[in-house]
Amino acid sequence: MDINKINTRILPVKFQYLAPKTLEEVISFLAEHGEETKVLAGGTDLLVKMKQRLIEPTYILNIKEIKELSFIKSNGNSLNIGATTKLNELENSRIIKEKFIALHEAVKAMGSVQIRNMGTVGGNLCNASPAADLAPPLLVLNSKVKAVSTEGEREIPLNKFFLGPGKTSLKPNELLTEIQIPYLPEDTGTSFLKVARTSMDLAKVNVATVLKLKNGKVENCRIALGSVAPTPLRVCEAEKVLLNSEFTAEKVEETAEKASQEIKPITDVRSTAEYRKEVSKILVRRALQKAYERIKVRECG
Amino acid sequence: MGKKISFILNGVKREVYVEPNELLLNVLREKMGLTGTKYGCGIGECGACTVLLNGNPVLSCLTLAMDVDGKELVTIEGLAQEELQIIQRTFLEEGAVQCGFCTPGIIIMAKSLLKNKTNPTEEEIREYLKGNLCRCTGYVNIVKSIKRAAGKACKKC
Repeated sequence: MDINKINTRILPVKFQYLAPKTLEEVISFLAEHGEETKVLAGGTDLLVKMKQRLIEPTYILNIKEIKELSFIKSNGNSLNIGATTKLNELENSRIIKEKFIALHEAVKAMGSVQIRNMGTVGGNLCNASPAADLAPPLLVLNSKVKAVSTEGEREIPLNKFFLGPGKTSLKPNELLTEIQIPYLPEDTGTSFLKVARTSMDLAKVNVATVLKLKNGKVENCRIALGSVAPTPLRVCEAEKVLLNSEFTAEKVEETAEKASQEIKPITDVRSTAEYRKEVSKILVRRALQKAYERIKVRECG
Repeated sequence: MGKKISFILNGVKREVYVEPNELLLNVLREKMGLTGTKYGCGIGECGACTVLLNGNPVLSCLTLAMDVDGKELVTIEGLAQEELQIIQRTFLEEGAVQCGFCTPGIIIMAKSLLKNKTNPTEEEIREYLKGNLCRCTGYVNIVKSIKRAAGKACKKC
């Protein structure tokens, strides 16, 4: 529906509002009413969709007040981030800035100060927009999410999480409670790049990479793109091109070319499919080079 | 009739009955009579409805009124008490206001910026105001007045 043709001043839907104080209350409510409930974390995506009447839930379950869901904690091999941690808390986290540059760059590229004060990391993932800026960096970082329900908890690798636009592998009775990001080996480079109409807008294309070299050869290479398929995705065939070879301009070009063949963009209000294919190629090349330079700077420094 | 919520609005404890689907922006404008906060786009892109919730700038058009229960809220009406604040004066002096529709949101943002950073660069100001659209001024005088307010290094800002 054309957003300009609807009244965005009001919420034209009626619903019941709940704001439980504990995680137990949340999951026992979801166990009973999961199908008819939408979880409210930041609201910057959910309320816009409700204004457009794209969704009309019976219940809104506000989880902002559940303190145990908001944290950034180091846990041995991984950094764990609570689902309702605000985007600006990620932006201000020293450990994310130092250890996960790609993720930090992605957060900084998201919306405005106000949006980052409201939006949460869990909300960005559960909204499952193909353009979600946190998805490509979290995909290349091999992140997992933790889903909790009355039946217990399970871990879902992020590459199994997104099923389609607005669709995730979370069951109606499950709540995403945390994101786990394994630490990278010291000499790894990461990067994130985004092209959008204006700096406030959703991505036409976004790209994240992780790169590690050993004895001059690419030992590890992960590339993910957003806004170019029904879900954010890893381009595994492109990664294979670069893996175990030297990091040369030709190889990088070949990798970028392969990535652009692997994606399945559509034409929409933000861009045409052709443009997205072309720009993806350039962004993949630049993102790989940026990750490479970061490794070099670290080696020299 | 809805449910009763209570919160601190511009320093004063207030109580009001709200429905689950009422937005903070509309409660402020229609039930509290505070029309300084504006409805611009309604989808989080223009910043005209920015208010300070527990000290942080948020969009009142994407906040449920129920959600401010027990919290502290500052709107543009809460800034000037006896006299205008420095940031409001420099906006007048620099001619940073034309139609004035974006001004409340931008002043709230400027206040939040100057609280966190006493002497921001032009780039930092522009980055911070990225989510506030102004269709008249071209932003030049807005940036100037924020720089000037910072320069006056006033504790009241």
